[in-house]
Amino acid sequence: MQTPIIRAEKVEKYYAQPSENRIQVIAPTDLEIVEGQIVALLGPSGSGKSTLLRMLTGLSVPSAGQVYWHEKPVATTDVNVSIVFQSFALFPWLSVLENVEAPLKARGMEQGERRRRSLAILDTVGLDGFQAAYPKELSGGMRQRVGFARALVVEPEVLFMDEPFSALDVLTAENLRSELLELWQKKTIPTKAIFLVTHNIEEAVLLADRIIVLGRNPGRIRTDFCVHLAQPRDRKGVAFSQLMDYIYKVLTQPEEQPPDLPQTLNGEDRPPRKYQMLPHARPGGLAGLLELLRDHGGRYDMSQLADDLLFEIDHLLPIVDAAQLLGFLNVNEGTAVITDAGREYADSEISRRRDLFREAATNRVLLLDQIVRAIEAKSDHTVSEDLFHDLLDEQFTEEETVLQLETAVSWGRYAQLFDFDASRRCFTRMEKRRSQAPSNTESVA
Amino acid sequence: MIGLPGSLSSIRGRETLARAQALKRTWPVVMDLCIAAIGLACFYGVVRIAHYWLGQAEPAIVISLSPRALPLYAFYSVVRIGLAYAISLIFAVGYGYIAAHSRRLEPLMVAGLDICQSIPVLSFLPGVMLAMVALFPTRQVGVELGAILLIFTGEVWNMAFSFYSSIKSIPRELNEAATIYRFSRWQRLWQLELPYGAIGLVWNSMVSVAGGWFFLMACEMFVLGSRDFRLPGLGSYLQTAASNNDSRAIVWGLAVMIGIIVAIDQLIWRPAIAWSNKFKFEQVEGVAQSRSPLLHLLTHSGALHSLQRHTLAPISDKIYCSLAERRARRMVRTDGVAASATGNWLRWVIAAILIAGVVYLASQAVALLRAVTTPQFWAVMRGAGATFLRVNVSLAIAACWTIPVGVAIGFNPRLARIAQPLAQIAASVPATALFPIILLALIRVGGGMGIASILLMLIGTQWYILFNVIAGAMAIPSDLREVAQLFHFTTIQRWRTVILPGIFPFLITGMVTASGGAWNASIIAEYFHLNNQTLQTVGLGAQISSATDHGQFQLLLLATVVMALMVVTINRMVWRPLFRLSETRFKLEG
Repeated sequence: MQTPIIRAEKVEKYYAQPSENRIQVIAPTDLEIVEGQIVALLGPSGSGKSTLLRMLTGLSVPSAGQVYWHEKPVATTDVNVSIVFQSFALFPWLSVLENVEAPLKARGMEQGERRRRSLAILDTVGLDGFQAAYPKELSGGMRQRVGFARALVVEPEVLFMDEPFSALDVLTAENLRSELLELWQKKTIPTKAIFLVTHNIEEAVLLADRIIVLGRNPGRIRTDFCVHLAQPRDRKGVAFSQLMDYIYKVLTQPEEQPPDLPQTLNGEDRPPRKYQMLPHARPGGLAGLLELLRDHGGRYDMSQLADDLLFEIDHLLPIVDAAQLLGFLNVNEGTAVITDAGREYADSEISRRRDLFREAATNRVLLLDQIVRAIEAKSDHTVSEDLFHDLLDEQFTEEETVLQLETAVSWGRYAQLFDFDASRRCFTRMEKRRSQAPSNTESVA
Repeated sequence: MIGLPGSLSSIRGRETLARAQALKRTWPVVMDLCIAAIGLACFYGVVRIAHYWLGQAEPAIVISLSPRALPLYAFYSVVRIGLAYAISLIFAVGYGYIAAHSRRLEPLMVAGLDICQSIPVLSFLPGVMLAMVALFPTRQVGVELGAILLIFTGEVWNMAFSFYSSIKSIPRELNEAATIYRFSRWQRLWQLELPYGAIGLVWNSMVSVAGGWFFLMACEMFVLGSRDFRLPGLGSYLQTAASNNDSRAIVWGLAVMIGIIVAIDQLIWRPAIAWSNKFKFEQVEGVAQSRSPLLHLLTHSGALHSLQRHTLAPISDKIYCSLAERRARRMVRTDGVAASATGNWLRWVIAAILIAGVVYLASQAVALLRAVTTPQFWAVMRGAGATFLRVNVSLAIAACWTIPVGVAIGFNPRLARIAQPLAQIAASVPATALFPIILLALIRVGGGMGIASILLMLIGTQWYILFNVIAGAMAIPSDLREVAQLFHFTTIQRWRTVILPGIFPFLITGMVTASGGAWNASIIAEYFHLNNQTLQTVGLGAQISSATDHGQFQLLLLATVVMALMVVTINRMVWRPLFRLSETRFKLEG
């Protein structure tokens, strides 16, 4: 068993709140990177994968725990790592050659040797002849090649990549992936390990020897397994699809804690309740998803759904989560199954859908129910946003709190539960515009 | 070697992309001669200035009104502006850098910036002059340094703020790339922070230097009681010409002034803007690129290139090498800094000395203020009210004409092409230089100092509002205007729904700057020496100037403090909420 190059021991990242609450971004985690492996870190957005990457490279200091580089604390050693960034992070005022030379300049290499090495690595990544060009003149794929050249010119021991291909179009990304694999397998580069952060499941299964899946809220390792498929990997092969299915299953596992039943606000002593994390989805997409499910016979395999819709997992999961939260579908073993409530939703027309949405929202989403009750309880029927901001702040980070409130506002407006006055920043009662007609006739909103 | 797919390899040979083509030299000898000529001219200028400054101090300056003396006077003025700008730039970069990087000092330094920008610069003129002359009693350089120092005080703050805010807004990934690739602080400054802040610095330099001319003219005309601190330059020339009613000299003076402004614009600012395009942090090559023949000259000169290769490049290499060695010995990460114990101790000692100094000076100031009598205090308050009204009146008048004109220019690109250079020249002529002339004309017509002061404030500050309104009108997306056209909006509706909300953020920016400029201008505008008579009106600026004249330093201090407080309070209570409104409700994009 070789000693790992990088070892993280119980690293944790949290933000302390003034109210002595801690917002945990990453729960205590152990991680090892050994020689000769490509490791992929998969996870939905908000799972803290970029934070974990920065802790492993030493860019950011963990709130607790330690990261070791060859068994020495990373803060006191000069680690030899490079990062390839999602947005390329090239300096627009330096030419390609100057961009690639910059890390060598930082290490005090003299000019002739710098130039020689930079030109050689530019040759390797296929940018021979572009050394005097500026990043403005290059396409996205070429810019990322410059990013790779800069990362590789220092001959790092571990190469870190933070979603390197997600800003590129599909074909260019495909190209660069295969070139990276070729560099790795032919040992053209002296790098000993590669650590890739991505949200693209297919990319992870294509490239990685080891896959780590992160969950969120707080970020923690859900599963960590090795991939034993031989390169080159067949996307249509059985083993490949099985792996992808497994990962989808892990990612769509239902939350451990079921949603709370609504209770009165000015209530008795209760243990502080946990707000469900509202998925960042708009209610409009729900109808489309449920109709699709219904037309597909009520069941749809998640990975196939993503494939058929050409959706990224990042875009599909929130809508599925939202539908699950509202009780319109269930996810079992990576397959979405529509419920009776969901079927009724898909079959109804607009105003009935609104009513169903409203019912589901008040029964199942604690935040929305609290807002409605607060509005009813006050004599002027207005509640300031700050009240809920403070309540949510104890559970979520500042950024996430703002997003949760925005999502709550859009759901509340859609369901006609309440209205939101953006200039005064407060929730108000919905104006009763519809005439009081019995519910079985259609009314115009 | 990885082979590229066929489609990409055809691009490899294309020379249009490679900048190697751009380095092809044209007219090599002519360019080198030009550079040599410029270098020689600069060298002669330095020698001449040194000779003048280190000469004997002249007790009473005699300003010659003959046009032949103008080039020399213009030269002196330009040198003063240039030196003050160079010092401001270096200080601003240093201040902004420290404010951005030191977590402990940051809030203090940013608050300091805010306050220093609001303090009326001209009220320090007497103090600074007296101090400098005391330092160099027998040499001319004392008065010159006083003027330069004063201009510096007016120019430096907004450049410092621009550099500070550009460092703070560097994208996170660029910073991380610099950290992970082990950039030293030196490399980070030269390869990341300065380039990123270059565009802001260039534009703010233009604004600062325009303000600098304003203060320079005031300095050159400065007389303190019986002591004459006037300096030979364009400002004193114009003032003497106005005092002697010499209209020919006035015309010559104005012509030279406008000529200098235009020359500086063409020779310095246009190339600087063209060069700063290189640092634009955008992903696609912009369509409209400013060109500058001077910049072309400088970048394509062979002499400059070989100079750089043989001197700058080896020196820079040595610096980087030694920095890398030092780093290898130190081994410190950015987040977890291990500060040495002695470093901390030294920092505490310096802080203690500074705090002691501040406390001492503050107590002295309070003691001085105690000498103010009650009627004097109320006079100052009355003056404050009067000036406040005057500032607002001038802002209102300025807004009344600049908003319609600015919107018209902004909506009509053809009109903009003609009007903008004209407006820029008109804006660059410092109002202080024109003031003696205008005052003369007004006296002949029979107006009072009150009207003249409002006029001066207008002339100095209306351009800020105009340019901002033009920028705001250009920024309104055309589809909003098309909607107004399609649904046949009435004029009032168009203004209320589209135009005024659209230009609101820009208008507020312009008005804040104009308001600050008007307060500063009030010091000269309300109290002026002309033809051996003193014209003045009720106002805070007049209080400051007359206190200066009569040597009543306690009154001067009180009035300055009151003015600074008023400006800062108005900033916080009026302009900041309006800014917030413009950021939330009137922002165009989501």
